[in-house]
Amino acid sequence: MTTNTVQIAENFVKPTLLQRMKKKKVYYSMILPFMIIFTIFTVIPVLMSFFLSFTSFDMLQAPKFIGLKNYINLFLNDDVFLIALKNTIILALITGPISYMMAFLFAWLINELSPKIRWFMILIFYAPSISGSAYLLWLLIFSSDMYGILNAYLIDLNLINSPILWLETPKYALVILVIVQLWLSLGVSFLAFVAGLQTVDKTLYEAAAVDGIRNRWQELWYITLPQMKSQLMFGAVMQITNALGIGIVSVSLLGFPSVEYSGHTIVTHLMDFGSTNSTRLEMGYASAIATILFVMMLGSNLMVQKLIKRVGK
Amino acid sequence: MKKDDYTTSEKEQLLKEIEQQEIKWISAKQRKHKKYRKVRLSRSTSGDIALIIVLLLFGSFSAYPLIFTITNSLKGFDEIFVFPPRLFPRNITFSNFVDLFNLIGNTQIPISRYFINTLTITLFGTVGHVFLASLCAYPLAKHHFPGRHLINQLVVYSLMFSVAVTQIPTYMIISWLGLIDSQWAIIIPAWGFTLGLFLMRQFMVTIPNELLEAAKIDGANEYQSFMYIVMPLVKPAWLTLIILLFQQLWGTDGGSYIFTENLKPLSYALRQIVAGGIARTGTAAAVTVIMLIVPLSVFIINQTKMLDTMAHSGLK
Repeated sequence: MTTNTVQIAENFVKPTLLQRMKKKKVYYSMILPFMIIFTIFTVIPVLMSFFLSFTSFDMLQAPKFIGLKNYINLFLNDDVFLIALKNTIILALITGPISYMMAFLFAWLINELSPKIRWFMILIFYAPSISGSAYLLWLLIFSSDMYGILNAYLIDLNLINSPILWLETPKYALVILVIVQLWLSLGVSFLAFVAGLQTVDKTLYEAAAVDGIRNRWQELWYITLPQMKSQLMFGAVMQITNALGIGIVSVSLLGFPSVEYSGHTIVTHLMDFGSTNSTRLEMGYASAIATILFVMMLGSNLMVQKLIKRVGK
Repeated sequence: MKKDDYTTSEKEQLLKEIEQQEIKWISAKQRKHKKYRKVRLSRSTSGDIALIIVLLLFGSFSAYPLIFTITNSLKGFDEIFVFPPRLFPRNITFSNFVDLFNLIGNTQIPISRYFINTLTITLFGTVGHVFLASLCAYPLAKHHFPGRHLINQLVVYSLMFSVAVTQIPTYMIISWLGLIDSQWAIIIPAWGFTLGLFLMRQFMVTIPNELLEAAKIDGANEYQSFMYIVMPLVKPAWLTLIILLFQQLWGTDGGSYIFTENLKPLSYALRQIVAGGIARTGTAAAVTVIMLIVPLSVFIINQTKMLDTMAHSGLK
């Protein structure tokens, strides 16, 4: 080794983190504007919600630390919260998996149609989720008098004699929410599936046919699904988050509060305590509700991600 | 190396190379789609029939409420309340739309004011988001720097919960920032829409590195490569972001953030008009149709571009 190289090696010190960051400062300047907004409106609110959930806070006086009291009250003294929790879990367990499978099934079914028909079918399936407040039409369908569309059809077919009070009868509440939620559910994940199916490598199908894949179900499980794993995960995140976040639909269709809290969910419970329009203004308590919802969403997402990793094995 | 080291002819050569690479990249993408469309796996006839039945059934479930709203808006008052209900009107009339315009004419604040408010919110919100999200997505997708991995993880985790979770602290923050009762209370949070950033980043990952390197050798700084190389290439992605943001902002009613009457958006004003109960069922349908037309046509125009973006939406 010559003295020259030794000297160079000695002079070469691994750059510190700060030095490395300085060298890349142009990248930080690019991400900074978005990251500031992201921090202010997403990261800080989550942290605040977490800390406020251990306090009693009415927005007028400074928050007072009360430990786990909010959580204890929620589970032991708040019967309405338990109803909300039960309804949310039932709704999520039904609408989550069904909407997810529906999104995939329809994407798969229309995948091999001719491009023009496929274009049209995508439009029809996706339209409800971009229709804004058009879901309020379901109010007309389930309306309680004989002009309600569903009642009118049933009476016309002589299936019932007098109109049914769909929106005011507790036992129909969850069924109605499930129907409307499924109607709204073919959103971004449906598009991700449609697009993902188009990028599946078709030559693999021929290879698989030679290797002894017999029917379309085997083909789906061994060839198509494993190639779409990343889209499947993305779709799962979208559907789970939506399924656990049902609330506004319930308020607009069933009213607030719904009869005997039959359509009450965690989100409507949260609105009851935490919305600025409500008279309660118990922000600490509402934050505890929000934190529970956050943990439920994150937890089920991470769980399902693990499950999907096993697809095709 | 600096650009002074290059002669004009060498620069031209480099520009040509960049162009060729772009063409290659784009045509490779298109080829993928074309090749796919030609292939069709064989199927049995009974399978085909079952498929058509399933699609028809769910298709009508999906379309029925929307079609009913549209036809309702074209029915006269007597026909809306006919028993049993008719899906298609016997006499098509535009009286609901005429009524709506008359009602609008009677409001204290001219309807154009509400319309301009919605337009302001939608335009500023969408443009700002597309610009900031792409600017942020570019280094996250294409460059290495300390903290990049952490940020990417944070973005993915933030997709996993809905805004309902953060609405209370968000309200407090907006009021601390003094944004309550201004349209910024809706515009600025919309800029930080993480799904948009995520989709943009996923799409940018597919841009070939050679393109960026060629631009760098050519003397472009990072901002220039972003503006002149990256942005034109990710057009499908920003059209997707436009659709998503448009859907959200067009229908916003100001919620608990805007109180002053002449700052409120269109959707709020229209909802007030139709709050007149059952007698206004037809007018309400007309309102829904008007609010529906804009986001729907934006989607119809850009459907293929949106699918192009969604193809890269996967989570690893």
